[in-house]
Amino acid sequence: MEALLATAIGTLCACGIFLILRARTFPVILGLTLLSYAVNLFLFASGRLMLDAPPLIRPDGVYADPLPQALVLTAIVIGFGMTAYLVMLSLRALAESGDDHVDGKEKS
Amino acid sequence: MTLHAAILPILIPFAAALLQLFAKTIGFQRLVGMIAAVLGLFAAIWLVWLADQGAVLVYALGNWVAPFGIVLAVDRLAAIMVLLTALLSGAALLYATAGFDTRGRHFYPLFQLQIVGLQGAFLTGDLFNLFVFFEIMLLASYTLLAHGGGLQRTRAGLAYVVLNLLGSALFLIALGMLYGTLGTLNLADVALRLSTLQENIGQAKLAAALLITVFALKAALLPLSFWLPYAYASAGAPAAALFVIMTKVGIVALMRVQAIAFAPSMALGDLLSGWMTVLALATALVAALGVMAATRLRSLTAWLVLWSAGTLLVVTGYSLPAATAAALYYLLHSTLVVAALFLLADLIAERRGKVSDRLQAGPEIRATWLAPVFFLLAASEVGIPPFSGFLGKLMLLSALRETNAAVYIWIILLASGFLVLIALTRGGCRLFWSRKRVLIPGASMISGWRRTTALLLLATPSLMLVLFARPVSDYTMRTARQLHSPQAYISAVLGVSATSGVQDIKREQRP
Repeated sequence: MEALLATAIGTLCACGIFLILRARTFPVILGLTLLSYAVNLFLFASGRLMLDAPPLIRPDGVYADPLPQALVLTAIVIGFGMTAYLVMLSLRALAESGDDHVDGKEKS
Repeated sequence: MTLHAAILPILIPFAAALLQLFAKTIGFQRLVGMIAAVLGLFAAIWLVWLADQGAVLVYALGNWVAPFGIVLAVDRLAAIMVLLTALLSGAALLYATAGFDTRGRHFYPLFQLQIVGLQGAFLTGDLFNLFVFFEIMLLASYTLLAHGGGLQRTRAGLAYVVLNLLGSALFLIALGMLYGTLGTLNLADVALRLSTLQENIGQAKLAAALLITVFALKAALLPLSFWLPYAYASAGAPAAALFVIMTKVGIVALMRVQAIAFAPSMALGDLLSGWMTVLALATALVAALGVMAATRLRSLTAWLVLWSAGTLLVVTGYSLPAATAAALYYLLHSTLVVAALFLLADLIAERRGKVSDRLQAGPEIRATWLAPVFFLLAASEVGIPPFSGFLGKLMLLSALRETNAAVYIWIILLASGFLVLIALTRGGCRLFWSRKRVLIPGASMISGWRRTTALLLLATPSLMLVLFARPVSDYTMRTARQLHSPQAYISAVLGVSATSGVQDIKREQRP
């Protein structure tokens, strides 16, 4: 379970960073999205991984930490808003310059 | 009412933003904005007065006690930064009412939301809440940066947004690690747990290092600072003036987290020592070279933001109250002066037609009062006696005299100051003295009382800092002492005696 999650986070992170370093705005946005998925998974795992446990304190003492779940919700909402804004901004840049290169030109 | 004083600087702009969203006319939005600015200023002055009574004001949101709920904690540092933000945003808002606000949509609600984010980031005592307020501030700043349109602003905005989204991702990773290691995100509780940390020290160190990296990105420490000059130089004048305080948010957050949580603990006490001073000095030096190389007054001013950030970050490597106090005085001075320079650059640019604010010979500026204001601001920024920059830098340098890197700090700060002096002198000569006999048709010669007042609102406090240097530096000294004795902060927030080491908070045991 831990190994699976760690591999998933690592793969998402690696793909995200690779895409962020591309020269066009669309891959960059995709990369940021992948990176934010990785971050959300990581944040979720910071409360330890529990199977079949509700985020409530029970008499038998088996429960999942509810706080990281709340944190992840906040992070998802914020990340969603940011990505939406970034998409709009890059569309505007494309419309204004007719080019989706991140620096606005092919060669300097 | 005193109970709720801590939340007022956040609530006032938030209520104003909601009202402005539903407003039909720009006149009503302007009115609401100005009323909110005046109210916010009064609330901030009140908060400074309350904080100066000596106790840390703790406001538990929803009355959930710390560390389970989110608290706002007002110490002297938070209060003075709230006052600075209120003053700066009020002046920038007044400047924007003169026409900048009509160049795009929803300027006012976004401006107010940016103030919400700034004030919240200064006031909060919870690290995740700090992240949320950072995001509010950044989201508003993304749109304010693009306000007014134009390809340059869109391009600058794109780089700025991508970089800050990466910063946010790092911030979340740091918070996740910190929570996974310590089981809390309340700053006072983090400090308490770090002081008794036995295992997982490596993880805590890594989390703290990531957190500091994020703050360094916001504060524009050298390897992470190349976004700043381009982004700030592209923003419209009122937005740029407000952005000046955004780098200060990073610096203040760094100072606070370092002084309260990291420095007193055994595991993380030496986290900043050594490399922070080196990077800060490099930032100051590179920024001075950038000031020399700048071809426009706007980008010159943006490099000046970086220069003051480098100067300020030098002190974060040391936990010396005297140095922190001097840095706070310098922070007040440099924020006001650089913001005023942004407004001045805009006023100059529109009087010079096509030459705009380029530092080259152009048409005569027919507003004689702009030249003395430029002289005042430039002399103040460089640190020519008797202006506020001189006093701030003098206090800073003499406070750092005893440290082992004092020689290098003195040499680099003074040398970079000399470079800035040359650049500003040259810029001033070109702007005001090398004239071409060209008439600009249709250029407006009247700046209007709003923009004049806004500029003077920022330039006068810098003179006040000189006239009332003693009370202000006494206040910053008290601030620094409070910041460097975190026990009072911790026990105020958690309601436990931190010195006795006994805590009555029941905690779960983490596997």
